[in-house]
Amino acid sequence: MRSSRRAAFWAFLLSANAVRAEPILSPTNIFAPVSTPAHEVHSLSLFVLTITGGIFFTLSALLIYALVRFRSRPGDTAEPPQIFGSTQIELAWTIIPVLLITMLFLGTARVIFAVEDAPKPKAALEVVAIGHQFWWEFRYPHYNVVTANELHVPVSSAQSYRPTFLKLTSADVMHSFWVPRLAGKTDLLPNRVNEMWFDPQVVGLYLGQCAQFCGPEHGKMLLRVYVDTPAAFDAWIRAQQTTHADAKGANAALSVPNPNPVAGFPVNTPPTLGGTNGDLANNSQAITAPAGQQVFEHQACINCHTVAGTVANGRYGPDLTHLMSRDTIAAGIAKNDHDHLLRWITDPNDLKPASLMPAMHLTDRQNEQITAYLLTLR
Amino acid sequence: MATPTIPIPDHVEGAFDETQPPKFRGTYLEKVHGWVVTVDHKKIGLMYISYALIFLLVAGAEALAIRVQLARPENTAISPLVYNRIFTMHGTTMVFLVGMPILFGFGNYLIPLMIGARDMAFPRLNAFSFWISAFAGILLYYSFIGGLGLSGTGTAPDVGWFAYAPLTEKPFSPGHTVDYWAVSLLANGIGSIGTAINIIATIFSMRCKGMTLFRMPLLPWVYLTMSGLVLVAIGPLTAAQVMLLVDRYLGGHFFDTQMGGSSILWAHFFWIFGHPEVYILVLPAFAFANEIIPVFSRKAIFGYPAMVAATVGIGFISLGVWAHHMFTIGMTSFGNAFFTLSTMLVSIPTGIKTFNWLATLWGGKIRFTTAMLFSVGFLFQWLIAGLTGIMLSVSAWDWQLHNSYFVVAHFHYVLVGGILFMIFAAIYYWFPKMTGRMLNERLGKWHFWLMLVGFHLTFDLMHVPGVLGMPRQIYTYQADRGWTVWNEFISLGGFIQGAAVLVLVYNMVHSYFRGAVAGPDPWDGWTLEWSTASPPPDYNFAVEPVVASRRPLWDLKHPEDPDSAVE
Repeated sequence: MRSSRRAAFWAFLLSANAVRAEPILSPTNIFAPVSTPAHEVHSLSLFVLTITGGIFFTLSALLIYALVRFRSRPGDTAEPPQIFGSTQIELAWTIIPVLLITMLFLGTARVIFAVEDAPKPKAALEVVAIGHQFWWEFRYPHYNVVTANELHVPVSSAQSYRPTFLKLTSADVMHSFWVPRLAGKTDLLPNRVNEMWFDPQVVGLYLGQCAQFCGPEHGKMLLRVYVDTPAAFDAWIRAQQTTHADAKGANAALSVPNPNPVAGFPVNTPPTLGGTNGDLANNSQAITAPAGQQVFEHQACINCHTVAGTVANGRYGPDLTHLMSRDTIAAGIAKNDHDHLLRWITDPNDLKPASLMPAMHLTDRQNEQITAYLLTLR
Repeated sequence: MATPTIPIPDHVEGAFDETQPPKFRGTYLEKVHGWVVTVDHKKIGLMYISYALIFLLVAGAEALAIRVQLARPENTAISPLVYNRIFTMHGTTMVFLVGMPILFGFGNYLIPLMIGARDMAFPRLNAFSFWISAFAGILLYYSFIGGLGLSGTGTAPDVGWFAYAPLTEKPFSPGHTVDYWAVSLLANGIGSIGTAINIIATIFSMRCKGMTLFRMPLLPWVYLTMSGLVLVAIGPLTAAQVMLLVDRYLGGHFFDTQMGGSSILWAHFFWIFGHPEVYILVLPAFAFANEIIPVFSRKAIFGYPAMVAATVGIGFISLGVWAHHMFTIGMTSFGNAFFTLSTMLVSIPTGIKTFNWLATLWGGKIRFTTAMLFSVGFLFQWLIAGLTGIMLSVSAWDWQLHNSYFVVAHFHYVLVGGILFMIFAAIYYWFPKMTGRMLNERLGKWHFWLMLVGFHLTFDLMHVPGVLGMPRQIYTYQADRGWTVWNEFISLGGFIQGAAVLVLVYNMVHSYFRGAVAGPDPWDGWTLEWSTASPPPDYNFAVEPVVASRRPLWDLKHPEDPDSAVE
């Protein structure tokens, strides 16, 4: 047991270029890079550790030697010889650090320019990441896809090199995008666009979180990056591109004008809002998806959330069009299943005490109905 | 009474105050009144130090609350809102209400004594500076009561000690909590500038006869540099606070990004102050080491001119490194490279200092008093803090380490392992001078070893979760991240340090009343403060001293081998 732990410890320290799906100690270990920027930083860090480690051992050895060798002995009251300095020695310990710093600086500068000024290949995937208090919005401008908190990117292999280039900005305060195994962090600032990139070489899920204090729930602004095979990524994109305009059920599309407009309502008001749907009117107490959709669209939910293809087109909160394609809710803090959704809708403060989503104070039945509706948003 | 150890020119009769202190020492109120109206640099120095020690206990308690919350994943001991207030107050208090006042306190107390003056150059400005700083501290803590104003319950500021915009703007921080923070630091800055001007004026114009600048002990030299930095650095902070208040109340848009303001602008302003601030705090720690290490090694400081040059060099270089706090904010590659290089340059003068302290120990006869133990702890920890500093200056690596617990570990290594250890050393070293009583060495050793074990348990381990991806300022974390076990031990270490500080408090109170009488020169020191009584009389020196070398008391004690002969 102990020896295996020790081996694990050394493997952790020496994992220079090892690529593992599951890193030792933590899924966010910076010493387990899987992408070029993280690799570059990792090799540089080993170089810096070697130099600083050398300085540390040399100086501590000298310090300990001096403390032991030159301790005062009992009874010896004579003063030691007074030495006021030595130009040669002082010059030496000025020049040696200058040389070490030159090495460190040149090594660092190489990595800064290699990572920060890397040219963007034509094939690169472009994603816009927008920080919000306290969640992430991801937009794929070339695919017309919007999602939240869980970023999907393709793997970069020798056969198909497809790095991801992120444009980062913020809707409110400063945030910082940090997925340690993919790249160093880059801040998201309001009124400004920053850029970063990574080219993950191993398929898998990579965790991270906001790394710039952004308000009360900064600690629960988690990040998940799914690195998919090219085929899986394309399938995911296609699935995300569908809307609920062609969904079956009582609530069809907004794009189609309401065939039976009701006096006093705009023509494109969906049937549910006009109360013209007989089926639903009879079943408004049932815990079903259509009933849930009716509650969802009658409440303030739609002011903040979008469900593409319905009246819900709010921009303030996460896009829910394909909510059930995500594994987690509330920026990665809870599993996306019936129980957690219900808890979240009933009172977001239960899972995330200072979340900006208010508790809507609906009835238990209405909460159940909305949950039933959300569970259909695949 | 004190025996005169400084030669009195022409043996002036009655130069020393031989009168016994009166039996009746005044009523309680008279005593308080005496402290409130005093303009004596020693009393003001002691008030600064006591004020800072009280806030050290407060901010230390806040740190322990943080550690309770972080000891377990998904802990609900403290709510996120309260947690954010606590770490903001912990950071702000430790920097502005503990670090700066305690260092100004020692400077106030020691500089006139060391340069053979009877007071600071501007005694009334001195008292004003202290009282406005005290007001600032009380104002900041009043925010716990008055924070949200009349309409809500009180709260403290919750924006982090560097208060990045636009989180501090009205839409994101309603109420008055940020106002308390801004106004309090503004007032504190006025006090700091006053004291800095005072120190500079005192050093340039009040030195005793024979004390050229290059015969000054190193402590005043370091305080001179530090005061220069205060003058340069506090200005941008004050300007930023005024701009923030203009934004919040007069419709300005400096940092209001919703109206086209810039959040980077705040970061620049804050760190143009914030990085020199680190040196404002750490330079006095160097100053204490410069005085304490030679005395307990029984050797003169090695390379005095190099030490002066390194101190002033650090001061200048530290003005050009601030953006190394902003490597991830989206600077150009050239900007990142420039600030990498400038930051690395700091390590050259700092290295010179470290080597010179080592060379001072070399060939000495080292006495391990408590003050010396803390200084040795400082040397070792300062080395590590410097090396992790080099790691962070490597901007590419900083993209990973920035805002992680590695950074928290690094700056606590500087602030606790470096500065606080030297403050403890200074307390053990100068307490006898300030009170006339020795601190108990046995309790001192307990304090040191508890502190050392607690410190290393907490801050050595704290580097690890940083490397494992734990960001700072999070109120809780997920159990699957592998950070739990580290945080448990970090919290344990925190409580050991808390116990160590309580030992110090007990020791100070106990020794103040019951400690052994110190006499004027308990450590066999060499600088002028040891030539007068402990505690020194109001006028410090009966006759203004005359010096002929850097170590006037060495010359006196060793007439066969005086420094003045080699200079």
